[in-house]
Amino acid sequence: MTTPEILLRGSGLTRRWGGVLAVDNVSISLRRGAVHAVIGTNGAGKSTLINLLSGEIEPSAGRVELNGVDVTRWRQPRRARAGLGRSYQRTTLFPGLTVLENCRLAAQALQPRPWLWWQDARRCEESLQAARYALLRSGLDGQDQQIAGELSHGQQRQLEIALCLATRPDVLLLDEPLAGMGAEETRRMLDLLNELKADHAILLVEHDMDAVFRIADEITVMVNGTVIASDTPQAIRSHAAVREAYLGED
Amino acid sequence: MTTATFLIQYLNALQYGLLLFLVASGLTLIFGIMGVINLAHGSFYMTGAYMAYALAPWVEGHLGGGFFVTLAVGVILAVALGYVLEWAFFSYLHEREHLQQVLMTYGLILVFEELRSLIVGDDVHGVKAPEWLAGSIPLGDVMTYPVYRLFMSGVCIVLALAMYWLFRHTRLGMRIRAGSTNREMVQNLGIDVSRLYRVVFAGGVALAVFAGMLAAPVSSVYPGMGNQVLIVCFVVVVIGGIGSIRGALLASLLIGVVDTFGKVLLPQAAGVLVYVLMALILLWKPGGLFKAG
Amino acid sequence: MRATSVPQTVFTVVVFVALAGYAFVGGSFGLDLITKIMIYAIFALSLELIAGGVGLVSFGHAAYFGIGAYAAVLLTPKDGAASLVLLLPAAVCAAALYALAVGALSLRTRGVYFIMVTLAFAQMAYYVAHDTPLGGGTDGIYLTQKPAIGEALNLNQPVMIYGFTLVVLAAVFLFLALLNRSRFGHALAGIRVNEQRMRAMSYSTFGYKLAAFTLSGAIAGFAGFLFAVKDGFVNPELMSWHLSGAVLVMVILGGLGHLRGALIGAFAFVLLQEFFKSEAIFGALAKHWHLGLGLAIIVSVTLLPNGLVGLPAEIKRHLAGTPRDNT
Repeated sequence: MTTPEILLRGSGLTRRWGGVLAVDNVSISLRRGAVHAVIGTNGAGKSTLINLLSGEIEPSAGRVELNGVDVTRWRQPRRARAGLGRSYQRTTLFPGLTVLENCRLAAQALQPRPWLWWQDARRCEESLQAARYALLRSGLDGQDQQIAGELSHGQQRQLEIALCLATRPDVLLLDEPLAGMGAEETRRMLDLLNELKADHAILLVEHDMDAVFRIADEITVMVNGTVIASDTPQAIRSHAAVREAYLGED
Repeated sequence: MTTATFLIQYLNALQYGLLLFLVASGLTLIFGIMGVINLAHGSFYMTGAYMAYALAPWVEGHLGGGFFVTLAVGVILAVALGYVLEWAFFSYLHEREHLQQVLMTYGLILVFEELRSLIVGDDVHGVKAPEWLAGSIPLGDVMTYPVYRLFMSGVCIVLALAMYWLFRHTRLGMRIRAGSTNREMVQNLGIDVSRLYRVVFAGGVALAVFAGMLAAPVSSVYPGMGNQVLIVCFVVVVIGGIGSIRGALLASLLIGVVDTFGKVLLPQAAGVLVYVLMALILLWKPGGLFKAG
Repeated sequence: MRATSVPQTVFTVVVFVALAGYAFVGGSFGLDLITKIMIYAIFALSLELIAGGVGLVSFGHAAYFGIGAYAAVLLTPKDGAASLVLLLPAAVCAAALYALAVGALSLRTRGVYFIMVTLAFAQMAYYVAHDTPLGGGTDGIYLTQKPAIGEALNLNQPVMIYGFTLVVLAAVFLFLALLNRSRFGHALAGIRVNEQRMRAMSYSTFGYKLAAFTLSGAIAGFAGFLFAVKDGFVNPELMSWHLSGAVLVMVILGGLGHLRGALIGAFAFVLLQEFFKSEAIFGALAKHWHLGLGLAIIVSVTLLPNGLVGLPAEIKRHLAGTPRDNT
């Protein structure tokens, strides 16, 4: 068996806000074909960690490698172009556009020469294709003409993922994709993630413990900005420190 | 620059800065709490100056005269004006885009300016300081400094302290502070937001009018005097951080010093200095010195 | 990203055909007035590009207008007419360069702060024109010889200036309409709605905003150039915040977010001015024309939340008796 390739690696990541350490010396690797879940209470630093990996904020210390290249100094758009996709905890779409237009806008980012002002954006075949592909993968292909703001909550979360897929990333950083979902919507989203993990490396920040233990291949537990454990789901389940700190047992 | 001239310029800077603070504090309050970019704020300042000119004879005839009585009448009128204006022109714009409100205040500038022209005319007028403040005190051997300017600074400082007390220690002040940091929260706490807005707007207008009345004896009274003050006050508000009274005070004093000494030391570049200062500060701190909320 | 409907296109075409027809029938006063309005319309379109398109409200657009105008005068040689082919690009580039510099520095700030920083940089330009020998001080400078291309296009005659301005206005309008439809335009609209998401989707939003801001400055400079050539005169007032405010008012009055809005706003603003200035109608009150203009603006804000372009919808709403859709 060959070791699966590591697509994204953060090492020694640290972020201070004033005197507070939001993320303290955290290292994490994401492999293709695996879902790596990060769990922890509110304020444990999970969202900050995603922001550090995606390049939205700069680390106070540590480095980030994408496909073996040091991208610590790269800004977010450049990292995104290099294959890093992310979703947001609060759904942030383009509510006035159709589902297809949302995805086309995302896919259009990869097309060269955007300044060709006489070309009609809606007729850009390459981006339309990428958009349709993303909708197909995320299971929204039937809704492509609906206005994004009028979708159900679950479908909006799916569209969040579709927007990531449209830029053809290798790595997906998903910030609570299951938040506010019903049982049926959760099941569909988990199926989708299971499908996507075949050709992506996925980081999953999630509060729904059932879902996490069902889908994750590896779990990292954060408390107060530090990692207290990082292991397989089985090992985490029986990890004494985790049970004490996170599951509230003693 | 001798010590005496330096002292005089310094006192001028302080007086100008404090006066700016009076106008700008109203602007920043309206800005921070109601989200209204009030271009008409300069018009209120102008209204105040013209009140100082036009009310004095009336007060003389009906109320027996007196500087403070005139000021009081002006402030009462200003509060009423602000209250009515908010009700008539802004109360139904809260939900609209900010730029719509900007357009509204632009319309108000034009109306105020012409009403002024219709009622009092376009002449430049001087306003006399009350006699007991008309003298000068000696500074050094040959220089003197007008008492009225010192009096102005004193009044501004008293007002600034009163505002500090109001915000720190009264219920109204707490509501206003809460309103500038989190509007939805205030609404959820069951505070009547439209009344709060009306009070804040009236207070802001009263501050600007008061500043105009106070400044009239020094600056004289002339058409367009509001516009000049307006832009400088916006600079103050932005440098200080929108909605921050502390920031407005610091920024006003800073601009007072830069502008006054700029005119003496670098007369060619005096006009532009204030804007260079603002650009530099915003490049360093894009949210102003005291960013609120 | 709004699709254009057929009536809107028809409206625009009718306006331009009417403007072209007016060149043959208009007297010199009318031609001069409409030329002025068309120049303001170009200026308003430049602001609409960033204020309506990207959501960046510039309160200092008069600076680029004024720089275009001053460049036209300052770069004309003392002893003869400059070639239009050289003078025009030079003026537009000067305005674009200043916009590039201002944009690079000010796009770090947001919202009201952005409004104020753009104002600050405009005031700097104003004081350079006002207080230095370069700008001729408060009195301004005259443009002695208007630019020309050989004998064919001489911008001395009012009808020539009118025609040239009309062509430029049509070209700018068409250009911006195509731009809005292009990938660049869609990206700008995306940034207006959700910049954070655009960055996550790998758009370098700063680059887009800076490009749009510079382009906007260039178009404003073009308008300023035309203004200088039309009047043969420039003064610092062309860079004053009053003009920045006036053009912003045109855009909002017409309807922010629509190219037609900039066009309608410029016409409405200047024609309202002329209307209230008319002594034939208002007699002695004409001197106080600001009053009427101010009241007209207040009424329009009160009744038309979406500007004048929203007028047909408002009328329909009234006839149908349905409540206002607050969007």
